[in-house]
Parts: sequence; C-alpha cells; structure tokens
Amino acid sequence: MAIDHETVERVAHLARLALTVEDRERFADQLGHILEYCARISALPLADVPPTSHVVPITTVLRADVATPSLDRDEVLAQAPAHQDGFFRVPRVLEGG
Amino acid sequence: MTPSGALALRAAYLERSLRPSDVVDAAIDQIARHDPNLHAFLYVGADQARAEAAVWDERYARAGSRETLPSLAGVPVAIKDNMCTRGVPTTCGSRILEGWRPPYDATVVTRLRDAGAIIIGKTNLDEFAMGSSTEHSALGPTRNPWDPSRVPGGSSGGSAAAVAAGFVPLALGSDTGGSVRLPAGFCGIVGLKPTYGRVSRYGLVAFASSLDQIGPFAGDVTDCALMLRAIAGKDPQDSTSADVPVPDYIAAIGEGAGGLRLGVPDEVVGPGVEPVVAEAVRHALDVFAAHGGQVERISLPTIEAALPAYYLIAPAEASSNLARYDGVQYGLRAPSEDLHEMYAETRRQGFGAEVKRRIMLGTYALSAGYYDAYYLKAQRVRTLVARDFEAAFRKVDVVVMPVAPTLPFAIGEKADDPLQMYLSDIFTIPVNLAGLPGLAVPCGFARGLPIGMQLVGRPFDESTLLRAAYAYEQATPWHRRRPPVAAA
Repeated sequence: MAIDHETVERVAHLARLALTVEDRERFADQLGHILEYCARISALPLADVPPTSHVVPITTVLRADVATPSLDRDEVLAQAPAHQDGFFRVPRVLEGG
Repeated sequence: MTPSGALALRAAYLERSLRPSDVVDAAIDQIARHDPNLHAFLYVGADQARAEAAVWDERYARAGSRETLPSLAGVPVAIKDNMCTRGVPTTCGSRILEGWRPPYDATVVTRLRDAGAIIIGKTNLDEFAMGSSTEHSALGPTRNPWDPSRVPGGSSGGSAAAVAAGFVPLALGSDTGGSVRLPAGFCGIVGLKPTYGRVSRYGLVAFASSLDQIGPFAGDVTDCALMLRAIAGKDPQDSTSADVPVPDYIAAIGEGAGGLRLGVPDEVVGPGVEPVVAEAVRHALDVFAAHGGQVERISLPTIEAALPAYYLIAPAEASSNLARYDGVQYGLRAPSEDLHEMYAETRRQGFGAEVKRRIMLGTYALSAGYYDAYYLKAQRVRTLVARDFEAAFRKVDVVVMPVAPTLPFAIGEKADDPLQMYLSDIFTIPVNLAGLPGLAVPCGFARGLPIGMQLVGRPFDESTLLRAAYAYEQATPWHRRRPPVAAA
C-alpha cells in the first residue's frame, strides 16, 4: 500500500509539520508499509465489538474547591522563547491593523 | 564490597557501616568513570545530590531506631528524562525541549523525595519515549552494559542501563507499550509496569495518555516492591489515578509460589520467538512447577492484532499530545514572521524522524475518511485484547510470556526499519492496551546476554506478581549476575 505525496503533504499540514523533500519521500514509503501492516485488523469480525478508548471508566473528576498557589508566572515565562508584558509573544496572527 | 540494593543500603545506613554521602560519592564517581561508554545519563546533579546526602548523614547519625526515617532515606535514584524536575533540565531526549527547566515537580518526584530518595540525575530515552532501543534520542544512543555494541532496549534505556551497571540501585521509567519491561529484560534487571492508574502521571510528559504508566527499575524484586510502594496511590493532580489502597508490597512477598496458577498462552510460543528465549521461559515454568505452582496452557486469540492496533492508537494519542510543541510556551522556536510557518518549522527542526513518523501516522489515522477504518477499528481490537485477558484470569492468577521475542539486538540493526523495531514489543503491548500490571524479571542468559520473563496480573494485583517473581528469584541465580562494567 503506497501513500501518495499529496496525502503526505495534506497530513503534514494538519500536523503543522514542515517536511523536506527527503522526508516526504521517506514517509510516503514508510507510512504505507506501516499502514498496510495495521490494516490486518480489518480481517477481524469487529462490527459488534464496542470500542475501548480507555480502560478506566472515566467520569468528570473534581478536586476540592480550595485555592492553592499557581505556578509562578515569571518562572513560567522565563522558559518561553519570547514574552512581553506578562504574555507569550508570537508572530502576528491577524492581517492588517 | 559495598551493598548494592536499596534495602541493603538502608540496613547499612542504620547500622552505621555506611553513610549516604559515601554511596552518593561512589555513584557520582562511577558515573564519571563509566557512563561516557554507556551514555545512560543526560544530566547528573552532583552538587544537589551531595548536599542532600549530607542532610541524610546527619539524620541517620541522630536516628536511634529504624522507624523514624522514611523508606528510601539516603538511597540514590535516577529519573527518566520525561518526568518533570523543577529547575532541572527535562529534555525528553528531544531538541525541541533542549534547555527547558520545568516550573514544577512530577508527583513521582515529590513522592520519592518525601520517601527520602536522592535524585542523582536524569536518564536517556528514545525521543518522547517513542522507541524500543534508546537509539531515537536526539542526544545519542545508550549502550547495553552487557555488551556495548548492543541496545539496552527502550524507551527507558538510560534508567535500565544505570541500574544494571550499578550506578544507582533504583530508577524510574515510563511504559506505554513496553518501555520499562523491554529495557529491564534486555539489561537483566527487574522492571514493573503497574496497573493503569496505580501511579500518578502528573508531570510525566504525555505520549499516549490512555496507555502511559510510570514504573520502577530495580536490581531485585524486593527493591522493586519498595519503590512501587513509595510512588503508588491516588493523586488529586491526576484524575486517572486510582483511589485503590496501596498494600505493603514487601509484607506478602515471601509467601511462595505454592498454589499459584500460571498460564502460558499458546500464541506466544510460536515461530517468531528466538529458540534460546523460548527455552529460558520454559525452564522458568519448570521452576514454578517445582515450587508448587500450577502451570496451565491458555489462549489469547487476539494477541496478534494488538501490535497493529497499538500502532494506530498510540500515534493517534501522540499526535494530539505533541501538538503543544509549537514554539510558543517553551523550548525551541524557529524564527518566522508567519505564525503557521513558525509552528511547522519549529516542529521540523525540533522533532526527530521517529517522532515525526508517529505524528504523521496518528494524524492520518484520525483524519477525515480514515477515522472509522483505522482508529475506531483499533479501539474495537483493544476491547477484544482486554476480554482475552479477562478470560485468562478466570483460569489463572498470572500470565507468563517472554518480555521480548529476541535477545538484545545490535545498535543500528533495526534503526532504519520501523516495523522490525515495533515487533520487539509484541508481548508487552497487549498488556498496556488492557491496562494490566506487567513485571519483567531476568530468567537466564544466552551468548552472555540477559533474557527477560514477563509476568502479567489482574488489575491492581501487583502483589501476586511480586510474590511469584520473588519465589522464582529465590530459586534462581540470575538477579545476582552483574555486567562487566559493574564489576570493573
């Protein structure tokens, strides 16, 4: 099973991952092989089997409503590539203005 | 000769034949001399460790009775570098987190410190814990202490090598599809993947959240039980941690194998298993039988579908979890005037090949048009795998399998063949999908390399696994063997 380059590019875009030409070739080949292997599960009679997303039945868990100290803002921001006035700084999001 | 295990160290501290400072100094010296050949550690906090050791020296000097000091007081430990340590670098073996110093401690780190453990350093791993050999670390591979031309297994290869080499008596790893058990098996030590929810994941950098679990590495079963006790239990910071009482694992460890029912799946003695590995596990079953265990054949019919299902589920969860590495809040940022380009370039430069492969695979499996064909089907397989084990545990108390189908392989042997690499985890992955506890214990050697046996139990029944493993350990010499580097 081969994955075409267009699909590789589309998936890379969804994953916000830039690819080199070499990456694109390699992933088209390797992902095809891996997916072919994974497609084995299609042979199993699964229609009546419920899916398991988690082994523990999870319901919304609430902590006690008690105020506790938050992470130190300056300590957190000190780890950011760029920050300004107490905010993370990123390239312009909206055009114009 | 100084004692090597955590329990033995504690006894020596209490009778004043040894001080924590002596042990910490020796560990730092051993690491400085031998770790350049193995590369188990990414960071060694020598000054901090020495300062903490001096405090414990003092407390032992003042302590009259053994009741006053916590269980791991003055015992050096190592932590896999995907668990947050406040102010101390936490790289996940990735360039994208190079230089990052977390602003908080993982719950396991807090609990180990509360138990008196001294954190010596952070250990190497496959990038973001994705791999079976520790070759996929951006900081270079770790080598197997038994044969430096071979892999230590992965992804927690640094922690396993550090314990096997005798640098530290205890270490923590994380296990999403075998990442504690495989390196424990390849390095000839004990490694446990607890029941999902037994140990808090707060501060463990997420790979696949429905599968990830932190677990101990130790030189023997007793030390493994000691470390599990220290880290297990409900944590308000992790909503998936279970509110199930934590037993005194050591108290019941010596009850023996008498009356235990052990099941061997027909499916795992097939042609894919290297003959020396199958032979060692067969011998181990004879040992159990000779000590009152009852060995039975069982069947796990869906086990072959577990690996392909895992390689859809785990990458799907990973693709979502790793979306946070976007160059905004921490770590690497590729400079750009355009936001989308900044994200995509940061991730291209920051992630290695295996991480990119899994992000791509997971994104594909979750994307429109493929969700039902891949991801949803894989989740249905997950149900079948769990049912297989439920059926098995109606007949037996412990399921016995090899840890891996082969001996430790050579560095570079599978690095460019992802599918071959994935097959290393064929016996460990089903256990994560079902959320069960799995314990790796050494069960023999071939060509000078260790072989691991895996014991799988019912949810939250780590006690039975530890009891079975301890009975086996008492009857066999494997856990006393040490690799050449440790003997040097």
